[in-house]
Amino acid sequence: MKPDDRDSSSRSLALSTRLFLATACLCLLAVLGWGFLSIPLPQAGLRDAVNAQIGISGVSNPVTAVLLNFRAYDTLLELAVLLVAVLGVWSLGRATPTPRPPGPVLISFAGILLPLLILVAAYLLWLGAHAPGGAFQAGALLGAVAVLLHLIGRDTAWLPPMGLRLIFVSGTAVFLAIGMAVTSAGRAFLEYPPAFAGILILAIEATATVAIGAILGALYVGGSPGSTRRRPDDKVLGA
Amino acid sequence: MTTSVLYGLTGIALFVLGFYGLIAYAELLRKILAVNIMGGGVFMVLVAVAYPGSDSQPDPVPHAMVLTGIVVAISAMALALTLSRRVNKRSDE
Repeated sequence: MKPDDRDSSSRSLALSTRLFLATACLCLLAVLGWGFLSIPLPQAGLRDAVNAQIGISGVSNPVTAVLLNFRAYDTLLELAVLLVAVLGVWSLGRATPTPRPPGPVLISFAGILLPLLILVAAYLLWLGAHAPGGAFQAGALLGAVAVLLHLIGRDTAWLPPMGLRLIFVSGTAVFLAIGMAVTSAGRAFLEYPPAFAGILILAIEATATVAIGAILGALYVGGSPGSTRRRPDDKVLGA
Repeated sequence: MTTSVLYGLTGIALFVLGFYGLIAYAELLRKILAVNIMGGGVFMVLVAVAYPGSDSQPDPVPHAMVLTGIVVAISAMALALTLSRRVNKRSDE
């Protein structure tokens, strides 16, 4: 921050430019607002199309049906985006270690919170089939578990070096494998047989939840653990 | 009806606010936050369009798109933050 201050103030805009920009933004606001108000609102959209097909989707929550069945391709690529993001973060360098050791309050609080978070994540994952919930909500909670573990100094060093990488890839890999496997029965890519759709979606969501949680935790840590060269440190953290 | 108009216009206001912040400030962190606010505005507009009133079921497709969008936004923001830290470290040296 300190060396940048002078630099950024010299780069900040003059008052006249700022006023021009503000005027331009107000015009943009007016145009977008007018555009929004001219949409005929309430719109059914694709609601009726989803409702007509939901019986064969394997779940009864329409949002989960869209995410994991009707538009499963989007969700598959979304998991791939997460994977690419963590690849990018890891390739930008090592994580900086947490600056100070955790206090006793944080450690005992984490002891209460961690099992609760995992339990609620499992509940949300199960709930997703028939009510709002699902892999991403549950994965976000597992991400919080990973962040807490990082903050109390219990990192993932107890995993074998390949373990974390396998977990990262597992979400995309299982999704892709199931999507490909159904094509052997003459169906399209990701077109689940209706009789097994429910269990296939649950399998995809369960692995995706763990992968999302692990990836979100790794994104928070913000760098690769560097397990090959910092072996002694890692052992201290994991002990 | 009025609920979705209120939410939609608020979303558009957030989008424009974020757009202003993106251009007006030079610091990378502010730019990243501004893009995030723009994204939040877009999500609000999508949810508002999907809301038909309290007495009927909303359109699930925009909801699914917003969920996907949130995850993509988080990934992009994490990568951008790591990149900006790297840039700051480089310019300190």
